[in-house]
Amino acid sequence: MRFVAFSSRNQKEIIRDPLTLLFGIGLPIVIMWLFTIMQGNMPMELYRIENLAPGVIVFSFSFLTLFSGMLLGKDKSSSLLMRIFVSPLKSSEYMIGYTIPLFIIAFIQIIVCFITAFVLDLQFDWNVLVAIIVLLFNALLYISFGLLLGTFFTDKQVGGLFAIFVNSSAWLSGTWFSLDMIGGLFEKIAYALPFVHAVDSTRFALKGEYSEILVPSLWVLVYTLIIFIIAIIGFKKKMKS
Amino acid sequence: MAVLLKNLSKSYKEKVVVDQLTLEIKQGEFFALLGSNGAGKTTTIKMLSCLLTPTSGEAVLLGDNVVTSPHIVKQKINVSPQETAIAPNLTVKENLEFVARIYGANKEQARQLAKNMMEQFRLLDKAKTKAKTLSGGWQRRLSIAMALISNPKVLFLDEPTLGLDVRARRELWNILEQLKGKVTVILTTHYLDEAESLADRIGIMHQGKLQALGTANELKSEMEMDSLEDIFLSLTEEGVK
Repeated sequence: MRFVAFSSRNQKEIIRDPLTLLFGIGLPIVIMWLFTIMQGNMPMELYRIENLAPGVIVFSFSFLTLFSGMLLGKDKSSSLLMRIFVSPLKSSEYMIGYTIPLFIIAFIQIIVCFITAFVLDLQFDWNVLVAIIVLLFNALLYISFGLLLGTFFTDKQVGGLFAIFVNSSAWLSGTWFSLDMIGGLFEKIAYALPFVHAVDSTRFALKGEYSEILVPSLWVLVYTLIIFIIAIIGFKKKMKS
Repeated sequence: MAVLLKNLSKSYKEKVVVDQLTLEIKQGEFFALLGSNGAGKTTTIKMLSCLLTPTSGEAVLLGDNVVTSPHIVKQKINVSPQETAIAPNLTVKENLEFVARIYGANKEQARQLAKNMMEQFRLLDKAKTKAKTLSGGWQRRLSIAMALISNPKVLFLDEPTLGLDVRARRELWNILEQLKGKVTVILTTHYLDEAESLADRIGIMHQGKLQALGTANELKSEMEMDSLEDIFLSLTEEGVK
């Protein structure tokens, strides 16, 4: 159970940085509130809370990518990781140790965002619980992206790359506009990537359309597995280099 | 024998970094490895601590081969890396407990071990201080305490007093002095007075090769020189092979 000690250390490192709370939890609340006000003045129903909440929660997971990438990148550039590499921890335990605290932060993000959504008129029913499970599964995708970035880049590089990641994942997720409004190659690229599938699976769960969840979730699963495997292999190589 | 090296070599393509290193270090011995930058000291330590795989040769620590039994070796060793290796947002106590736990101690054992280390290193009144707010000297002291908390049989100290002021260096020397006979210590340093004051035996490396080996007095009489500095300069001059 050595990874428990490592994950506890990682959790403390992340939580003790106040920017974590500000961006990871505060920003999604503000966004949800602002877009709900906008919805009140719009003729279309694009930002109805049932549609908006899943997208904003998935968007908030982008910050998990930032937190995991920055932490791993920072550890890599300090001698602390050398100390840990010398210890009996295995490479898979590192990855679990980095993933667990972020998974807990994801859970907090989901709960806080849903509470905000209820205040903004989202109806509570059992579908919310199913959506929470789907969201936790989707959070792993964003954590894996962070571990991938942190494995191959420094914390400073991760900061720069995150700007590209957060923009492209947001644009290609179908949260802020319907992808068929642009269509063509843009839509094809979006559906070849996992972000829109993460949002779609959550929206289906929240609507209670359970039979529709499987396909987008498979997209997310395959991407998550591939990215985790690349990150672990890359990390193993870094340990030996 | 604590450490047994037979023709240990490490090369990167054409470049030989450690060249046919053969050496024996007794249990409880305080051994200093000297050399200019790029002499191969850190690479040697990295091979002995299972961070790098040797290109050829053999390294055995307390009866276990570093290549074939790294998990057994890792339980018996610890390292204080060149730069201070601490978790910045964790307190002194949390840093110590964290390392104890990744070496297999349970919560209660980790708490007790951390308390013992804080007493030994006079860190008790700083127990709740975040590591990043400590001065350089105290951070280095914490870093060494973290290396000792796992009760290693072999301890690698990579330039432990680099960048410290005279007082902080002397205080650390006093701490390191107390380890003599209890733990096998392999120290790399650029400070020749440090090696002379602390080490039972000294090895001088140049261009990956061990150029001299013995106590400070043995080296002086062999080389017919009065100071370790003169010996070091003559053995590490450009052109010496």
